[in-house]
Amino acid sequence: MAHSPEPAGNPPEALARVRPAELPRPELVLNNRSFHWVTDKVCGIVEEPTPTWWKVTFVVALLLASFTGVGLAYLVSTGTGTWGLRSPAGWGWAIVNFVFWVGIGHAGTLISAILCLLRQRWRTSINRAAEAMTIFAVMCAGIFPLFHVGRVWFGWWLFPIPNQNAIWPQFRSPLEWDVFAVSTYFTVSTLFWYMGMIPDLATIRDRARTWWRKAVYGFLAMGWRGGNRQWSNFEMAYLLLAGLSTPLVLSVHTIVSFDFAVSILPGWHTTIFPPYFVAGAIFSGFAMVLTLMLPLRAIYRLHDVINQYHIDNMTKIILATGTMVGYAYATEFFIAAYSGNPYEKFAFINRAFGQYAWAYWIMVTCNVISPQLFWFKAVRENHALVWIICLFVNVGMWFERFVITVTSLANDYLPSSWGYYSPTIVDIFTFFGTFGFFSVLFLLFIRFLPLLPMAEVKMVTPQADPHAR
Amino acid sequence: MNDPISPSRDDRRDDRAPRVHGVLASFRRAPDVFHAAERIRDLGWTRWDVHTPYPVHGLDAAMGLPRSAIPRLTLLGGVTGFLAGCLLTWYTSSLDYPLLVGGKPYWSVIYPFPVLYECTILFAAFGTFFGQFLANRLPRHHHPLFEVPQFARVTDDTFMVVLEATDPRFRSPEDARDLLASLGGQDITLVRD
Repeated sequence: MAHSPEPAGNPPEALARVRPAELPRPELVLNNRSFHWVTDKVCGIVEEPTPTWWKVTFVVALLLASFTGVGLAYLVSTGTGTWGLRSPAGWGWAIVNFVFWVGIGHAGTLISAILCLLRQRWRTSINRAAEAMTIFAVMCAGIFPLFHVGRVWFGWWLFPIPNQNAIWPQFRSPLEWDVFAVSTYFTVSTLFWYMGMIPDLATIRDRARTWWRKAVYGFLAMGWRGGNRQWSNFEMAYLLLAGLSTPLVLSVHTIVSFDFAVSILPGWHTTIFPPYFVAGAIFSGFAMVLTLMLPLRAIYRLHDVINQYHIDNMTKIILATGTMVGYAYATEFFIAAYSGNPYEKFAFINRAFGQYAWAYWIMVTCNVISPQLFWFKAVRENHALVWIICLFVNVGMWFERFVITVTSLANDYLPSSWGYYSPTIVDIFTFFGTFGFFSVLFLLFIRFLPLLPMAEVKMVTPQADPHAR
Repeated sequence: MNDPISPSRDDRRDDRAPRVHGVLASFRRAPDVFHAAERIRDLGWTRWDVHTPYPVHGLDAAMGLPRSAIPRLTLLGGVTGFLAGCLLTWYTSSLDYPLLVGGKPYWSVIYPFPVLYECTILFAAFGTFFGQFLANRLPRHHHPLFEVPQFARVTDDTFMVVLEATDPRFRSPEDARDLLASLGGQDITLVRD
């Protein structure tokens, strides 16, 4: 069908007659802001005197974080019995919290890596904060399995380090795979985050007036000069790290799901787990990004760089992944019914109507029903409502992990060994404290590091185009 | 007022060591610096650079830069990581502490695959990350450009071109200044080494 009378390069004659409408690209930075405006806006956050809200929130976060400290100190000094774990539920809140926090982290990598590969230019204004969220969430996650080993002072046995017993980790165990997956994930995410920050740290260095700011930011900026010979390598390295992070993030939650799927417990032993966990992770992570970014946008008046287009995109991703998660719940039920395996069937009927039905229906309400509201433009434009729905999603995703972990353990094959798991006050304190720990880290990040990637935001403004007229 | 380009007597004192790093010019807009870069490339300059606040799309080609060598370091890292993972799992579970599980082989590439996979990615990321520093000759905190006061604006909103004195086409600072001025450069300054 390739017959074009027009010579290449000239628009076909028909176009002149039809005069098609220009399809404008959505504006990523509103009000035609200049490069200098972007610099001032982002550096201003770091350079202004510490705001009162920051001080108050920081103290509250620190107090909340101390809950985790006290909880863990009590656990270690008293013994593992202080957690609510007893036969038959050997995995409780600790694993729930671990999967919850790791899952939150995944949206950061999705935004920074996968959306980078897909050339989604809107990612630029949120990717720095999302990556920071990833790193801090993985730190929170790491606390739980580390202390779950019981004798935490032997935590280093998880790593292949020669020890006095001359034994090595068991590489056939998904738990050992997890050690490699999560520690690699943490390391690579940190490298990616830091490398992306170098040009922005150089901007802060070049604006610094006090000697200590020059020294600290200068040290961190590594002597970046912004020469195109440097940018060329930097861009290539950034793209490659994005390419490496993409299979990494998918593998991490896949391996986390193997912790469950490789066992033979009804409700856990299913092949749907890896994709289902990854979709859930992205779902909860995006909700967390919005939970964090909407207040920051309001506080720092970032409406020009994080605009309705960004919020629309994120809510639509939440809608899509939330629907996938809902579909996965339905598939699990179908496969359980279709399998003809009575234990499998029981596991699912028990989830929905057994002793943990309350948790199951909280999960369904928050994860399947609440994101469906994002179909409506009016909801997506009502940011208070978006924020509340995102909180619901976070609660729902925590309950999803609770339902998966606890229902299968509490009611397994033999009714004689059934039980009811409930957490102790130590579990509760330790978990809620991690929100404080996360907030402390995130507040420090806001205060001392560039919240938005300035160079990347400048890149998506209209005047950045070297072919502009 | 002194001419900002002509080296002062101090700079000429020792003629064995080059005292001039190069000549720096500012450009306000991305298209201007882009076209200037194309011209300098076509004149055959090799030791020069364009400093920009963000990576300008297509500037690599406009400067005639070759493709970055970093992918090779990434590959090297990845292969090293995979082999290191193989070595680790093979040595620990079949040589140093053989562990028989269900009559399966002591070591195969299958069962520790998640570990090998993560090691591959980890080392490839190290190759990329440290490769970037290696390729960019960073960290370096004492570059002559940092001595020029207006250079601080390059990380904010200004584009700058520097022609280095070590380039064979660099005849004199005045000559470089004229070239940059003809390309639309402003604020032309001598960068002392």
